[in-house]
Amino acid sequence: MVLELHKPRPIWQIMFSTHHTDVGLLYLITSLGFLFLGGALALAIRAELFFPGSQIIADSMTFNRMFTVHGTTLIFLFILPSASAVGNYFVPIMVRYKDMAYPKLNAIAFWMIPPGGALIWLGFADFTWYATPPYSIISAPGPAADMWIFGLKILGVSSILGAINFVVTILKCKHPDMSIGQVPLLAWSFLSSSLIILVALPTFAAALLMLLTDRLGVSGFFNPTLGGDPIAYAHLFWFTFHPEVYVLVIPAIGMMYEIIPRFSRRPIFSHASGVAAFVILAIVGFSSWAHHMYATGMSFTEKTVFMVGTLAAVPASAMHVFNFLATMWGGRIRFSTPMMWAVGGIALFFSAGAGGVVNSAMPLDFVTHDSYWVVGHFHLFVMGTIAFGTIGYVYYMFPYVTGRMYNEALGKVHFVLAMVGTVMVFFTQHVLGLYGMPRRIYDYPPIPEWIAMNQIATVGAMLIGVSMAIWLGNMIHSSAKGKEANMEDPFGLGGRYYYPHQQKNPHH
Amino acid sequence: MSDKHSSWPEWIYIGVVVALLVWVGAEAWNVERLIEHVPEDAETIKVVGQQWFWTFEHEDGTKEIGELHLETGKAYRLEITSTDVTHSFNIHDYVVLLDAVPGRINTVWFAPVEAGVHDIQCREYCGLIHYNMRGTLYVEDPS
Repeated sequence: MVLELHKPRPIWQIMFSTHHTDVGLLYLITSLGFLFLGGALALAIRAELFFPGSQIIADSMTFNRMFTVHGTTLIFLFILPSASAVGNYFVPIMVRYKDMAYPKLNAIAFWMIPPGGALIWLGFADFTWYATPPYSIISAPGPAADMWIFGLKILGVSSILGAINFVVTILKCKHPDMSIGQVPLLAWSFLSSSLIILVALPTFAAALLMLLTDRLGVSGFFNPTLGGDPIAYAHLFWFTFHPEVYVLVIPAIGMMYEIIPRFSRRPIFSHASGVAAFVILAIVGFSSWAHHMYATGMSFTEKTVFMVGTLAAVPASAMHVFNFLATMWGGRIRFSTPMMWAVGGIALFFSAGAGGVVNSAMPLDFVTHDSYWVVGHFHLFVMGTIAFGTIGYVYYMFPYVTGRMYNEALGKVHFVLAMVGTVMVFFTQHVLGLYGMPRRIYDYPPIPEWIAMNQIATVGAMLIGVSMAIWLGNMIHSSAKGKEANMEDPFGLGGRYYYPHQQKNPHH
Repeated sequence: MSDKHSSWPEWIYIGVVVALLVWVGAEAWNVERLIEHVPEDAETIKVVGQQWFWTFEHEDGTKEIGELHLETGKAYRLEITSTDVTHSFNIHDYVVLLDAVPGRINTVWFAPVEAGVHDIQCREYCGLIHYNMRGTLYVEDPS
């Protein structure tokens, strides 16, 4: 059993290994570490906003640095590496190959993450995860800003290397008996998200270099006093990062495609529809980037084009939701912890998508843009969909990684608290946005509605914080002292529905 | 890969989703087309954002800092720009929102309908005092 980490090994054997499950484990532990760090910043931000006025954070600069590092950390140091963790463990097994296509490249891609993360955390920049120019050029304090730029550069290269590896592993190393149509949906999700990375990311890599030379004063690409244009940066940034949204969400959907059929004890409703939706999303995702920029002064025609491009991506996401519900329909569902997370994630994915349609409609965007509505909206994706799918999958792979079972009751408590907390924070933030509260503000005037909704959101955030502490305790305790998992069927689903490691694999 | 069940429920579902999206898109297009049409008699106000306050210049040359006095029954055309970093000019009560981008002039219009006091705020992150880059709109009946 390859996935098993049953026999304790010295830590350097894992650290210097290039085997896909070892690299996957390194990715997993690193990404969860950053999840807790970034989450702690979120709790501090929510505590600060509990009342108007200064609460626990001394000044606005510290607050601005905290939300910048919070966003950067959770996107680049939690979501991307945690997806890589799952991909490393399962993609080679699913395509029936002995390892990733380029094991050394795989280890290199992982080992770029700690220095990238260190640069971001030691610098602690303040210019938001968007590095908004010309503020980031003429106003943001160095060396924090420069360290952020270098950190992102390193993380971007790591992403590209990882993506190359996944694409080659899936397309060139899959077992010859396996057609591309038979590749499981989780592996398909990594194929589509990796292809998006390869097309989208180089644009931001260029923009980062231009930002750096602008900061050094040797160029003026985005600096209006030197003839540049900050809107050019917005286009370059969002050309990468709107597709990147799909890079983040597609692997989480893929993880749900593993969990939902297994715990519904039915085959997936339509494999073909899942594949089609991934492919459509990967292509159409490139047609919507400037919907982030309606308020920059775009012309009516531009706005119309990008609204249509945005709406065009919705049916593909809706196909996934249909596929999940149709799979569960009439299934003998077992609501073990991973299934609860997956189903909760689908509900929140649907809510996030519905809110997204509102944002994309041009006149309504001028109500929601840069308000707390937007914060609530995208957190329903990053927290509600992606983190929920990932956490469910971490529970699901726990017995395969450790050979032991987690505590099921605590897993369910974790889910219920986090679900209630997520609804309290992010649904409330939608309403707060409709009342006009801007995002990224350290303090706010004592408007009664704003205070009430900030307090609901803060209480929700603390619930999430408590649930995550329970999770951490459960994982640490169960990985050492949990009861032995029945590796043939750890979740007691009955033998008919295979687990990934039970596929016939000539190498394992 | 062949799926052994009928796929028509999925096609109906996709049809419904697409129909809804077409309706949202068409409606949004129509509304935006109407509200982007600036009335010809609109008075121009020059709005300048800088770290961390707003200045306003009326057509007759009077300037205001942090406060904007307008009259009911008139349409106003705001020409918004910035002298340093990007800001975003926002009167949430009137859904007036447009970025103040250095080197560009962005135009938005609105017509206050009744006398009252409304908040003006910056809605794009612009640094240290972004949270308090606020102003007040006073709408008065013409005297």
